[in-house]
Amino acid sequence: MRMLPAPLFAAFALMTALAVMAVLWPLSRRRDLRVARDADLAVYRDQMSELDRDAGSGRLSPEQAEAARVEVARRMIAAADAGAEISSTSAGRRKAAAVIALAFIPLIGAGLYLKLGAPDVPDMPLSSRLSAPPDGTDVAILVRRVEDHLSANPNDGRGYELLAPVYLKLGRMDDAVRAYAQAIRFLGPTAERQAALGEALVVRDEGMVGQDATRAFQAAAALDPSSPKARYFLGLAAEQDGRRQDAAAIFGQMAADAPPNAPWLPMVRAALARTGGTPATAAPAQAPGPSAADVAAASQMSGSDRSAMIQGMVDRLQERLNTEPKDLDGWLRLARAWRVLGEEAKMRAALNAARTVFAGDADATARIDAAQKELGGG
Amino acid sequence: MIAEIGQYALILALALALMQTVLPAWGAHRGDPTLMGVGVPVALVLFLFVSLSFAALVALYLTSDFSVVNVVDNSHSRMPTIYKITSTWGNHEGSMLLWVLVLALFGALVAIFGGNLPDRLKANVLAVQGSIAVAFLLFILLTSNPFTRLVPPPAEGADLNPVLQDPGLAIHPPLLYLGYVGLSIAFAFAMAALIEGRIDAAWARWVRPWTLAAWVFLTLGIAMGSYWAYYELGWGGWWFWDPVENASLMPWLAATALLHSAVVMEKRDALKVWTILLAILAFSLSLLGTFLVRSGVLTSVHSFASDPTRGVFILAILAVFIGGGLGLFALRAGDLKQGGLFAPVSREGALVLNNLFLTAATAAVFVGTLYPLALEAVTDDKITVGPPFFNLTFGGLMLPLIFAVPFGPLLAWKRGDLLGVAQRLMLAAAFAVVAAVVTAAAEDRGPVLAPVVLGIAVFVILGALTDIVERSGVGRVPARVCLSRLAGLPRSTYGTAVAHMGVGICLIGIVSESAWSTEKIAGLRMGDSFTIGTRDLTLERMENRTGPNYSARVAVFTIRQGGISQGTIESGKRTFTARRMGTTESGIRTFGFSQLYVAVGDEAPDGLIAVRATWKPLVTLIWLGAVVMALGGSLSLADRRLRVGAPKPAKRRRMVPAE
Repeated sequence: MRMLPAPLFAAFALMTALAVMAVLWPLSRRRDLRVARDADLAVYRDQMSELDRDAGSGRLSPEQAEAARVEVARRMIAAADAGAEISSTSAGRRKAAAVIALAFIPLIGAGLYLKLGAPDVPDMPLSSRLSAPPDGTDVAILVRRVEDHLSANPNDGRGYELLAPVYLKLGRMDDAVRAYAQAIRFLGPTAERQAALGEALVVRDEGMVGQDATRAFQAAAALDPSSPKARYFLGLAAEQDGRRQDAAAIFGQMAADAPPNAPWLPMVRAALARTGGTPATAAPAQAPGPSAADVAAASQMSGSDRSAMIQGMVDRLQERLNTEPKDLDGWLRLARAWRVLGEEAKMRAALNAARTVFAGDADATARIDAAQKELGGG
Repeated sequence: MIAEIGQYALILALALALMQTVLPAWGAHRGDPTLMGVGVPVALVLFLFVSLSFAALVALYLTSDFSVVNVVDNSHSRMPTIYKITSTWGNHEGSMLLWVLVLALFGALVAIFGGNLPDRLKANVLAVQGSIAVAFLLFILLTSNPFTRLVPPPAEGADLNPVLQDPGLAIHPPLLYLGYVGLSIAFAFAMAALIEGRIDAAWARWVRPWTLAAWVFLTLGIAMGSYWAYYELGWGGWWFWDPVENASLMPWLAATALLHSAVVMEKRDALKVWTILLAILAFSLSLLGTFLVRSGVLTSVHSFASDPTRGVFILAILAVFIGGGLGLFALRAGDLKQGGLFAPVSREGALVLNNLFLTAATAAVFVGTLYPLALEAVTDDKITVGPPFFNLTFGGLMLPLIFAVPFGPLLAWKRGDLLGVAQRLMLAAAFAVVAAVVTAAAEDRGPVLAPVVLGIAVFVILGALTDIVERSGVGRVPARVCLSRLAGLPRSTYGTAVAHMGVGICLIGIVSESAWSTEKIAGLRMGDSFTIGTRDLTLERMENRTGPNYSARVAVFTIRQGGISQGTIESGKRTFTARRMGTTESGIRTFGFSQLYVAVGDEAPDGLIAVRATWKPLVTLIWLGAVVMALGGSLSLADRRLRVGAPKPAKRRRMVPAE
C-alpha cells in the first residue's frame, strides 16, 4: 500500500470520525415518536384557525366559511379515527445500527480510496509550479517558460530551435514542425535545420515523406549536398513515390560515399537491398556498429537522449577493444567517435592505445598517423 | 492534498448516503423513533461532505491544478476567474457533482425544516433522497470521477469549450439543476406516501412549495438557456426543439401540471393519486433531462464501445428510479384514500382540464424527442422531427389551454358557474378582439392566425387582471373598501394572476417574433450601408482584438434612424487558441421591447463581409414573460398561509368522484 502523508492521514481520520459520529450521536439519544395522527390533527387545527381569520376579515362569506369548516372537521374526524402507530425502541437494533456505521463507513472510505485515490501526488497549482526553481523535473513547465518567453519575444529563433526537439519527444508533432519552421525563419536556413524540419514532418506524417518534407530535404541538400539525412530521406521519398531506380541510385551513391563507420550505413544498406540496387563501388566489409533499429530510434530521439545513446555505444566499443585490442578499424572508429562527442583527450588516448598495440606494424602506424591528421589531434 | 480531500469527502458522502437510505427506512419499517432520527444529522453531514468535495474541485480549477485530469480537459490558466469557477460544472463530471450538491442541499433542507412532519414520513422521505444520492455518487465515483490525477501534469489545459465561456454558464445550469433536483423532493414524498400506503395531511403543504420553488428555478433556467442560445449561437433563434431543450421543457410541463394538481390536493384534499403519479413523472423526466443534456441517454447507448460502463449505469439509474417509482405506484396506489368530491364545472374541474392538456403536451414533446433517437439506436435510420411537428402538436394543445387560463381562477371551488364567469370576462374578451383586429389591419404580412394568437395573449393578460379586479369588488363597493380588499388578498392570488399574465406576455413575444420579424442578408464592404426596418446600418470598420485566451475580429456598425445616429452595434468572431475553435459573437441592441440582431459571417479575401441582420419585434417579451411567470411563482411561494379551498355551498346535486 502507498503511504499516506501524515497531514492527509490526519484529515482523513477526522473526516471519518465526523461521518461515524453523524450516525452514532442520534443513536445515543432517546426520542419520542411524532405519530402521523398528531401531525395531521395539528395541520387541520391550523386550517381551522386560518378559516376563522379569513371569515373574520371578510375574505370569506359566512356560508363559504361554514362549508369549509364542515369539510375540515370531516377530515379531523377521519384522522382521529386512524389507528394508532406503535412506537418500538430496541437496544439490539441501536447496537446493530452502531456496528453497521462503525464498520461500513471506514470500510467503504478506505476501500474506495485505495481504488481511486492518489495520496502520493501532491497538489500542483500552476502558480507554484511556475515559481519553483527550474530543476528540469517539470518538463511541461520548462516548455511553457520558453513558450511564454517566445510569445513575448516572437523573433527569438534560438528559442524555437531549443523547443523543437523537445516537442518531438513529447509527441507534439505539429508544434515541432512549427518550431523548426520558425527557427529557419529567424536564424536562417542551414542544412541541419532544413533536414530536421523535414524529419519532423516525416514523423508527423507517420513515416510518409510528403511534399513539404521533400522540399525541406531538397533545401538541405542544396545547402550541403553531403547531408546524409537529406539524401536518405530524398531516397525514401523516391522509393515511396515508386521511383525505385532513383531511390536505388541515391542509396547506392550514399553507401559508396559513406565513411566505413557511419552510424547510418546499415540503414542505407537495408534501404538499398529493399530497392534492389547495388553500391556504386564495392562496399567495405560490414563494420560492427549500431543496428538499423538503433539508428531509427536515434532519429526519433531528442538531442540529449541521442547523445546518451551514442555515448553508450562508444562505451561498448571501448570495452570490447580493451578485451580484444587487435582491431585497428575498431580503434580508429573509437577515436572518430570521441572526436564527434567532443572528447579530444579520449580521442588522443584511443589513438595512443592503437599505436601501442600495433607498434612495429608500419602499415598500421601509417593509417593511425593519417587518422590523427584527419581528426586534427596531431 | 486538496484533490485527495475532495476525493475522500465524496467517498464518505457515498457511505453516509447508504446510511441515510438504510437506517431511517429500517426505523420507519419497525416504528423505531431512534433509528428514524438518524436521518436528520446524516443528511446534514452528507451535505457538508458533498459541499467540501465541490469546494475542493472549485479550488483546483481556481488554482489551475493540472495534476487533475478534469481540470486539464476543461480549463485554461488564462481564463478569467469567473470562467475558471464555472468550468467546474461546464463538463460531464463536474456537472454531476453539482447535481449531487443540489440534491444534498435539498436533503438537508428537508432535515432542517421538516420538524412538523410525522416521523415516519420524514424518515421515508430522507431514505428515498438518500437512495438517489447513492445512485449518483456511485455513478460519479465509478464512471465519472472528477478527481482522477495526472502525472506528470501538463503546463496548460485544453480550455473550456468556447461556447460555454459565457456568463450564461454561471447561471443556467445551477438554475436548471435547482429545478430538476427540487422535483426530487416531490418524488421522495410520493414514494414515502406509497411505501406507507397513506397520504398525510401535511403532504400537500410540503409538496406544493417545493414543487413551486423547483418550478420557479426551472422556468428561469429554461428562459436563461433560451436567451443564451439566442445570443451565443448566432442564429437568432430562441428555441430549436433540440432534444437538449426539450429535455428541460418536459419536466417543466410536468411540474406545471403537478403544481396545479397539488393546489387541488392542498385545498380540497382531492386528486391525491393523480398528484402522486405526476410527482413520479416529473422527477422521471428530470432524470431523463439530466442525462440527455450531459451525456445523452441514447448517444451513450451508442458509445457503449468507448465507455460501456457509463451508458449502462445511466440506463440502470433510470430503470431503477422510474421503473421502481411507477411499479410501486401500480402496487400501492389502490391503498390510498380518495378525497373530496367536485362537479365537472368547478375550479377543480378546470385544473383537471389544465392537467390533461399539459400531460398531453408533455407526451407530444416526449414522442417528438425520443422517437427519432430511439429509431436511430435501433435501426440506424436518421429521421428528424422538426419544428413543424412540435408547432402543430404542442402549439395545437397549448393554444386552447392558454385560452382557458382566465376561466380557471374565476370558477368557484367544488361547483362553478361557467356562464357567469364568461360574462365577467366579456370586457377582457372585447379588448382582445380589438387588439387582434387592430394588429391584423396594421400588419399585412405574416400568417393569418398570428393576430388571433395575439388576441388570445391579450385575453390572458386582461383575464388575469379581471380576477384581481373582481375580487376587490370594484364598482360594487366603495373605493376605500376596494383598496383594503386588494391589500388583504392573499399573495398566492396575486401570484396566480401574475404568473398567468406572464404566460400572456410570453405569448405576445413568441407570436410577434415568429410572425413579424424582418431579416436581411447582405455582403458589405467598408463604408457600405443597408436598411433593415426603419434603420440604416453602416459598416464602419473591422477591428482586431485580443482577449485573455482568444483573438477576435469585430465588425463595428453605426445605426441611424431617419438620419439620426443611434450609436453602434458590434458583431464578430472569436478564435480560441487552445481548442482552435471559434464562436460568433452576435451584436444585439434593444429598442423598447424589440431587438436588432446582427451576426457577421466570413470575410471574403476581397474584403466582402457577409452580414445578417434581423429586426425582432417585441422579442424580449418571450424571456420577460418567463421572468414574470417566475415572479408569480415566487409571490405564491412567499405566501406562507395555510390553504383551504372554501367550497361553494351546494344548491344542486351533481357530483363526480375526485379521481
